[in-house]
Amino acid sequence: MISDGLKAALLLFVAVLVQISFASAYAPLGGSADVVLVVLIAVALLRGSIFGALAGFGTGLLLDTANLGVLGFTSLLLTLAGFWIGRYGETTAGDRFHAPFTSIGIITVLYGLGSLALSFVLGEPVPANAILSGLPATVLLNLILAWPVYRGVRRLFPPTQLSDRVHDVRLLV
Amino acid sequence: MRGSHNDLRRRRSGGIASGRVGASRRGGAARLQWLVPRNRDARVAVLGSSVQRSAAYGQSTARSRAVKRRVVVVGLVVAALALLTVSFRSTALDPVEGYAATALRPFEIAANRVARPFRDGSSWVQDLFNAKAENRTLRAANERLRQQLAALAGNAQENAALNQLVHYIHSPSFPGGYGEVAAQALTSPTELDQSVTISAGSNNGVQDEDVVVTAQGLVGIVNEVFPTEARVMLITNPGIGVRAVDETNPAAIGTLDHGVGSDSLILDQIGDDLRVNSDDTIVTAGSPTGAGAKFPSLYPRDIPIGYVSSVGQSDTDVYKDIQVQPFVDLSSLETVLVLIPKKGHHAK
Repeated sequence: MISDGLKAALLLFVAVLVQISFASAYAPLGGSADVVLVVLIAVALLRGSIFGALAGFGTGLLLDTANLGVLGFTSLLLTLAGFWIGRYGETTAGDRFHAPFTSIGIITVLYGLGSLALSFVLGEPVPANAILSGLPATVLLNLILAWPVYRGVRRLFPPTQLSDRVHDVRLLV
Repeated sequence: MRGSHNDLRRRRSGGIASGRVGASRRGGAARLQWLVPRNRDARVAVLGSSVQRSAAYGQSTARSRAVKRRVVVVGLVVAALALLTVSFRSTALDPVEGYAATALRPFEIAANRVARPFRDGSSWVQDLFNAKAENRTLRAANERLRQQLAALAGNAQENAALNQLVHYIHSPSFPGGYGEVAAQALTSPTELDQSVTISAGSNNGVQDEDVVVTAQGLVGIVNEVFPTEARVMLITNPGIGVRAVDETNPAAIGTLDHGVGSDSLILDQIGDDLRVNSDDTIVTAGSPTGAGAKFPSLYPRDIPIGYVSSVGQSDTDVYKDIQVQPFVDLSSLETVLVLIPKKGHHAK
């Protein structure tokens, strides 16, 4: 667990650096890839909800600090994202091939909408049109990143037997 | 954990199956299993024992994990909300954020240095694509500007021509007793038809037999009028005859007729004894006086027609052979003036 925590911290730290130094500046189709979100989802899928929530909280804090944003803003969104996807990994995702793609697609959209909603609640001016118009491109880029990132993260975090996983139901007569 | 589940299952099934009860009782107990809590045996429940069986280990772990999970996520969400509130409402966390950002800065700088070549590369590729798109846009803009330039050049030319007309109208050489109507030449003359259509007609005051000129000289005469257009017979048309005179020798009065070519004219009926030189200017002679006054000319006098390009003379012919080149380029007319006689005025 501790070793996994260290590995996750290092991996997400690198992901944050990549995000702020390269990925954010590169918007080929009007939206930029969210490397941090993709890595976090991969980690949460493989290590469960508690791990995902903790990783999301820490990563969000790091991103907010690096961007000198409102502390807790990204943490809140990434905590929920990590928890939810971790729970999905613990329960129904299993080793299904589509799990990372589904998770990344859905969470990217929800993360974008959540950011907008939270900014609206805080009363901060946000270019909603620009964010929404760039969302399809972000989803596409994240989905392109999904498979290589998930494969890499899976090597670092080999799947373990998650205790809460729901097994197939067999009817014994 | 899975072993403990199996033990429990074995114990439960053994408890019911090995009991000395009939099939109906077994069935009844099995049905009762759904009605009692999981941590109590159905048989015990039927017997009314008050002693509760201890919960299975697996279930306890799962429940504790669920509780732990909830505690962790709720704690993290609350922490995030607290951070959000404090950070948003006050500046208490700013120093902490500042220190953290300072600590992160070396890593960011290093990451930027590592990322720069990739970023430059991607920018180069992006610029390449942009350059192609930009090239297309600039080509389109260039084409548009070229068309505008052509239009402006045409406008400038037209402006110059109109300026010349305006100068001509206000100059002393403009025939007195005439008003003017400016019109565009809508067609060009052909070899077979030496006439043009102009963009002014009876609605503009144009009438049949009105004289048409430009600032350079005589063009022709109106021979057909419509409400908004008129047909002009050019001086090179075989059906036209203009009384003309050599400006330098007023005695050399003749009739202007069409020449061999479509754009050439002949000054006819100039006697051999009269002196006409090359490059002399030929102008309209106006109406004759004396015995010929009953046949007034349609053309006002002193309108330039052209210059003498060649003068020939033969012993057998009583008239000189004078070729005249018109001043006006009749093949590319643009703007012309129709001379409208003022009331009570006749050409002199």
